[in-house]
Amino acid sequence: MPSILNAQPSTAPASGAKRWLIAGIALAVVVSYFSAQFNRYYLGIAIDCGINIILAVSLNLINGHTGQFSLGHAGFMAVGGYTAAKFTLVFEAMVPEPLKPLLFLVALVLGGLIAALTGLGVGVPSLRLKGDYLAIVTLGFGEIIRVIAQNTEAVGAASGLKGIPKYTTLGWTFAVAAVTIYAVTALVNSTYGRGFIAVSDDEVAASSMGINPVRYKVTAFVTGAFFAGVAGGLYAHHKQFLSPTGFDFLKSIDIVVMVILGGMGRTAGVIAAAILLTIMPEVLRQFAEYRMIIYSLLIIVLMMARPQGLFTFGGRKKGAAQV
Amino acid sequence: MSEYLLDLNKATIRFGGLTAVSALSLKIRPGELIGLIGPNGAGKTTAFNLITGVYQTTDGEISFCGKSIKGVRPHDLTKAGIARTFQNIRLFGSLSVFDNVRAATQLHRAHGIRNALWRGASFRTGEKEVEKRVMELLEIFDLGKLRNEDAKSLPYGDQRRLEIVRALATNPKLLLLDEPAAGMNPTEKEALMRLIQFIKDKFKIAIMLVEHDMKVVMGICQRIYVLEYGIKIAEGPPDEIQKNPKVIAAYLGTEG
Repeated sequence: MPSILNAQPSTAPASGAKRWLIAGIALAVVVSYFSAQFNRYYLGIAIDCGINIILAVSLNLINGHTGQFSLGHAGFMAVGGYTAAKFTLVFEAMVPEPLKPLLFLVALVLGGLIAALTGLGVGVPSLRLKGDYLAIVTLGFGEIIRVIAQNTEAVGAASGLKGIPKYTTLGWTFAVAAVTIYAVTALVNSTYGRGFIAVSDDEVAASSMGINPVRYKVTAFVTGAFFAGVAGGLYAHHKQFLSPTGFDFLKSIDIVVMVILGGMGRTAGVIAAAILLTIMPEVLRQFAEYRMIIYSLLIIVLMMARPQGLFTFGGRKKGAAQV
Repeated sequence: MSEYLLDLNKATIRFGGLTAVSALSLKIRPGELIGLIGPNGAGKTTAFNLITGVYQTTDGEISFCGKSIKGVRPHDLTKAGIARTFQNIRLFGSLSVFDNVRAATQLHRAHGIRNALWRGASFRTGEKEVEKRVMELLEIFDLGKLRNEDAKSLPYGDQRRLEIVRALATNPKLLLLDEPAAGMNPTEKEALMRLIQFIKDKFKIAIMLVEHDMKVVMGICQRIYVLEYGIKIAEGPPDEIQKNPKVIAAYLGTEG
């Protein structure tokens, strides 16, 4: 693929970005084709990495670029996951085998849309407030979703939703990850998208430059919620089992840590952090009960050594004249 | 439509028991350069915040281009043509010089989220136009070479200039400058006066200046309003204001 490697974002910014997206999806499909031969354990971890990349990159739009502090990403993931899983469970029997991928696609998009709609409901009232209110509201929201799931028989209540078909492949995961990365990058690197960063830097100045801060914050929040919902759908059809406890407060924290460790507002860094934090607990399995202690210590050390974010490449600051 | 661009009719704002601006009547014609002066705490910045929609009047009326601005939010007022700078510079710290100005142009290139995602042909030509316009503005004000610098890393005078450029990028009819000479040395003040005059001539817009520094205001403003304790104590051309005993008393105090 020499044409992709030679693509110069500085000369053809817009079409170049779209070319990258197509290349990413194509690569995902090719890898997916061979993935049957991979070790199942590694394959599972690779899919986990992809899902976490989607979650972290989409949260980065809210927490990094737009400067809000959401702790509700696991909640949106749950909304999307349960919606998508329930949808495929209901319609699975009616759809012939060759149309199954289409069913899955519809389920994923539906999960994303319902999550986005929920995001709108949570975001519109809470994003009018400044400061830490959003963190508290989203924290409460995540818990509400978990408790609702725990008490709704239709989605398996406390014992969880079982028997979800295994539709998620490496190809699906990385294709969605490519779309997410593209969407967030394309949004932020436009004249329109500079508004997100402007709002994050100084809301008062942004509004006196004609930028509607509430509108921008809600847009970022709803877009982030959409992708979290899609990630939830992928997760549901990967694990084939959904339990309310899987979407607790700690899951939201995990995603926030990926964003902070990767460097707020730096997409490349956040992707790397998502991969690192997915693989690290697996590598540390050999230390058995000391695993989580080492994991936590590593995060503390990393944060002390690199407070500005683990990776400072792909920064947003020098995004000068070109997209 | 009235002949005035901005028309304050007995605009009043009270914070609890304190009347910060009391029955202020002030008019600006298109293309005029006027000054608003007064001692510390006279209510100059509050008046600014009333005009830009940050505060709402408790009493009285403010209209811009013949329309009342009651209840209009700050970003919509910017779209209508009021731009401002801040007393304590408020640039977008994590954006480059170029992007600071680019973010301000967005209201004229409202291609929205759909186009930003799809990146079709119209989006690309739109972005090119924005880039061209930003570069033109930066070149006019000698900031072209610094376009990739972090806004916050610029020297103080350049930051002030960049903030003015950013405000101009919104295509205003009225530019409000909140103490632009604050913290400047005499040479920088001279340059600032030339700059403001230049903006007025080149962009043909009305400018209202809130300033502490008498020399700057007297040197360039066509008309001056003087506030003290939220009340307008004088208005008129600079030479009249300079001789007005009330103004002298407000600034220097009275004997006995």
